[in-house]
Order: sequence, then structure tokens, then C-alpha cells
Amino acid sequence: MTTTLAPPVREDRHKTPPEDLRALALRHGLTVSGARPSLPVYVRQLWSRRDFIAAFATARLTAQYSQARLGQVWQVMTPLLNAAVYYAIFGVLMNAKHGVPDYVPFLLTGIFVWTFTSDTVLAGTRAISGNLGLVRALHFPRASLPIALALQQLQQLLLSLTALGTILVGCGQFPTWSWLLAVPALLCQALFNTGAALVLARLAARTPDISQLMPFVLRTWMYASGVMFSIQNLAGAGRFPDAVVLALQCNPAAVYIDLMRFALIESYTAAQLPPHVWALAAGWALLAFAGGFIWFWKAEETYGRG
Amino acid sequence: MAETSETGTTSETRTPTVVVDDVHITYTVHGGHTGGRGSATAALGRMLRRGRTAPAGRRVHAVKGVSFAAYKGEAIGLIGSNGSGKSTLLKAIAGLQPVERGRVYTHGQPSLLGVNAALMSDLTGERNVVLGGLAMGMSRTEVRERYDEIVDFSGINEKDDAISRPMRTYSSGMGARLRFAIAAAKSHDVLLIDEALATGDARFRRRSQRRIEELRAEAGTVFLVSHSNSTITETCERALWLEAGTLRMDGPAKEVVAAYEEFTGARATTPKK
Repeated sequence: MTTTLAPPVREDRHKTPPEDLRALALRHGLTVSGARPSLPVYVRQLWSRRDFIAAFATARLTAQYSQARLGQVWQVMTPLLNAAVYYAIFGVLMNAKHGVPDYVPFLLTGIFVWTFTSDTVLAGTRAISGNLGLVRALHFPRASLPIALALQQLQQLLLSLTALGTILVGCGQFPTWSWLLAVPALLCQALFNTGAALVLARLAARTPDISQLMPFVLRTWMYASGVMFSIQNLAGAGRFPDAVVLALQCNPAAVYIDLMRFALIESYTAAQLPPHVWALAAGWALLAFAGGFIWFWKAEETYGRG
Repeated sequence: MAETSETGTTSETRTPTVVVDDVHITYTVHGGHTGGRGSATAALGRMLRRGRTAPAGRRVHAVKGVSFAAYKGEAIGLIGSNGSGKSTLLKAIAGLQPVERGRVYTHGQPSLLGVNAALMSDLTGERNVVLGGLAMGMSRTEVRERYDEIVDFSGINEKDDAISRPMRTYSSGMGARLRFAIAAAKSHDVLLIDEALATGDARFRRRSQRRIEELRAEAGTVFLVSHSNSTITETCERALWLEAGTLRMDGPAKEVVAAYEEFTGARATTPKK
């Protein structure tokens, strides 16, 4: 029955040959859809989305415990319970406090500062792959997502720090002027974390399997960063060459942890810090943030596709 | 210009807002996995497979050489059977799906109507209005100005103070109404609507139909994907008919829909080959 077949494509006023279409588009100044903006334009777009980034971070933070009975109390309870577990295992059972004065403040500072880096990195791996719906539906600079998640972790850390401050005072560590050093240290760490989150967001967007691997990487990194023991004491034990100890001390996580201990704990002196520690802290921060940002931007148009 | 009066209906006098130039879209479907979910063993299996066969997955050629130009003030319906490439084409126009060959040129940034993905069910309706507005690119002041309008339009506050409750406590109809109200709060240069009209009760549907009309008036161009032929003929004056990734027909909505209905009717009655 040939009559019921669909009619051929109609040639009408809307139909123009392809060569003319390109000329038509260019003549009216249309731009190519879905092209990656230049770096300055990208930064400007991101800046114009700052309200969204802040709102997204706060919303995530609030939504996190909204189903729990105790609600926002968990924001402070979670790090405290973590600290209690680590104290019981490393402080009491394994006696890592041997040779470390003020072990409780030492351990708690280590854990809270480490958790900031580790949670931000983990959040980074899910920044794109965990928000595909958002990426596939709306237009915004994709770097908003890892940056917002890093901001959420920073807010979380500030909440934990109020708990930490209280415990420190309880342990006899009263606030001194040196506590102010925590501000530049945290600033550097936040920059470093954001950079790392950007890198992992791109990696995990392409290879989702990265997020399965990250817990192991992070655990190794944690044990190498002296969260619950003093790296300095390893050097004294003489089991490792000095170069290895120095390398461990210069890794960004250890640098930020030690700086915070130096700022908050009186018995933790500059002698326990690696050389040029502030230069290291700022260097890691700039390298990670600038490098991570540019590297993330280079794949901007590919996120959420495939 | 003197020639405008003579060539009143040609493309020269009208401003194009979207130009789709010989666009091909393909995407790769990985064997059944959708993202970073699954057990550790599944992940390990994927890693091993990836090592063995590099080009994993099947390639789907969803759109095959579609060309057209859309002009300011037009409302264009996209019709075609399931899997004909309508939604894929819409995503490419929005710049959310890369094209394999050809180019999509647009005036400004076309936007898909919808903010579902940005909203969080654990937050109150209030906060979701703000979050959704910001996610669509509105500024904080714009959101504040539009806030009452959005809440009134959604109508979810008519019975009680539902806007201060978490969205997960809403009925599905209430949720859908608030989502549409947020999504429709912003006007766009080029608006892309994918089957958004069928939400809520009859009264809300009428209201949203009116809002779509307003958005159309504010927007330069509206694209509408729908399986409801009556929606297409009511809302659009021009229609594109996609079939198996190719543009089968492009013309006045009534003619294209009639031809499409004849085609689907014929398909339904004639036995398959």
C-alpha cells in the first residue's frame, strides 16, 4: 500500500542548504553551543555563580543530618566520636602517646585537620559523578560543584573546631596569640583541598572506579601523615633514613596538621616543624589550586556526557 | 532597507536564534553500568574488562545529519516516535550533549526547563525555591523579588504552611507543582521544554499552560518535545518531525502533525515486515 507511506521531506521556507546555515549563523553573531569558554570568561562565570555555590554548600550541610533525631548535633558529635575511637585504639591500646606530650590535643588536632582534607578529597570524587542529574539539566560552570563541596567541608570543619577549642581548653591548652596562626594555616589547607577536589572530580567523572579506590589511597595517606603518632619520633627511633622522614613531613597533609598543632598546642614547638614550613604550606596550596583549577577547566565541556 | 518589504517572509529579515547545521550525535552505551555505583567486585570486574578490551560499549547514532534554523518568536514542536532522537537533539541545542559532526549555533544560552536535579528533598520548600532559583542563574535579589510569585503560583500554600516543611513530606503532585513554579520563574532567550506540561491536577495544568504562553512571549524561541499531538498543535506553529535520527518533515505544525498521525496510524495497521 504505497499511499499510506509517509510523504518525503518537504522543501519549504525553513529549509536552507547547510553552507548557508553556517553563514546565516555567523552573520547574526550566533555562538557555538556547548563550547568551552576561555579561562578568564570561565572565572567570571564562576564568580557570578558565587551565590549558588554558597547556597549549595550550606544546603548540603543542612540536609546531611536532617533525618536524624538529634539533627545538627551530629555535626559536632561525629568528629568527637571519631576522636574517642582513635584515642582508645592509638592512645591507650597501642600506646602511641609514648613520647608525645599533650597527646589528647595532639591526636584531636591531627584527626580534625586530616578529616578536613580527606573528606574534601572524597567529596571531590563524587562532585561530578554524584551530581550527573544537575550537570545534565542545568548550565553552570562545572567547577561550582567541587568548589561548593569543598566549601561545605570547610563549614563542617569550622563547626568541629568549636568542639576542638572546647576540648583543648579542657585539657589545659588556653588560647594564646599563636592560635591566630591557625587562620593562615587553614586558609592554605582549604585552597589545597579545593585543588585536590577539582583534580579528583575530573578523574572520577571519566573513570567512576576512582571512587572505589580512594578509601585505600586516603588510608595510606593518613598513616603516612602522622595523624596519631609523631613523625618526628620516627626520626629519633633511627629505623628510617632522614630523607624518608623529611619526605613524610613535607607531604601536604602532614604540613597542615603540624602547622595547626604548632598554632594550638603550647608544647608543640617550631623545632618539630620541617624547614621552610610556611613556604611549603603556601606552595602546596597554590600549586594544587591553580593546577587543579586549570586541569578541571580543560575538560569543562565533557562533564556529564558519554 | 528597501528589500524588506519584498522579502518579508524569507530568512533574511528574521533573526535566527538557533541554527542547527548538519548535526550528527552519537553516544557510547557502556554495558549496563550507569556510573560509580555497584559493588566492589563489579568495580573490579569493570577494571579488568577495561584492561582487556579498550573500546568498550556500543555506539548509538542518535541523530543523523539534522539541519534547520529557528527564528525569534517561533514556537517549534518536536515530534517523532520513541527513540527518534528528539530529547538528544534538545540536549545538543542546550549545549549539554556534544555533537559528533556539524555545529549548533545559538543566540545566548538556551536552557532546558527544569530544576528537579538541583532541589534537595530534605530541605524545606522555602530553601528549595532559593536554591533552585540560584541554580538557574538568578541572583539573590532576583530570587527574593520572585519568591512570593513562585510560591503563589505553585499554590502549595493554599491549605497550610507547606512551604516551611521539607519537600520529602510533599505529595507527588505538590512537589511537581513547586518544581514547575521554580523552573518557570525565569525567562530565557531560548527555552527548551521536554514533556513538562503533564504535571499536577487539571487546574494547575491550565495555569502552567498559561505560564508557558507567557514564557513564550518573553523568550525568543521555544522548543517543545511532546508525545501529545494536541499540545503541539495548540502551542506551536511550526513542527519538526524526527524519525530514526533524521529530519523527516519541517513545516507548519498542523500539516506535520497530520502527516505524522497518518504515518503512525499506517504503522499501527499494516503488518510488520
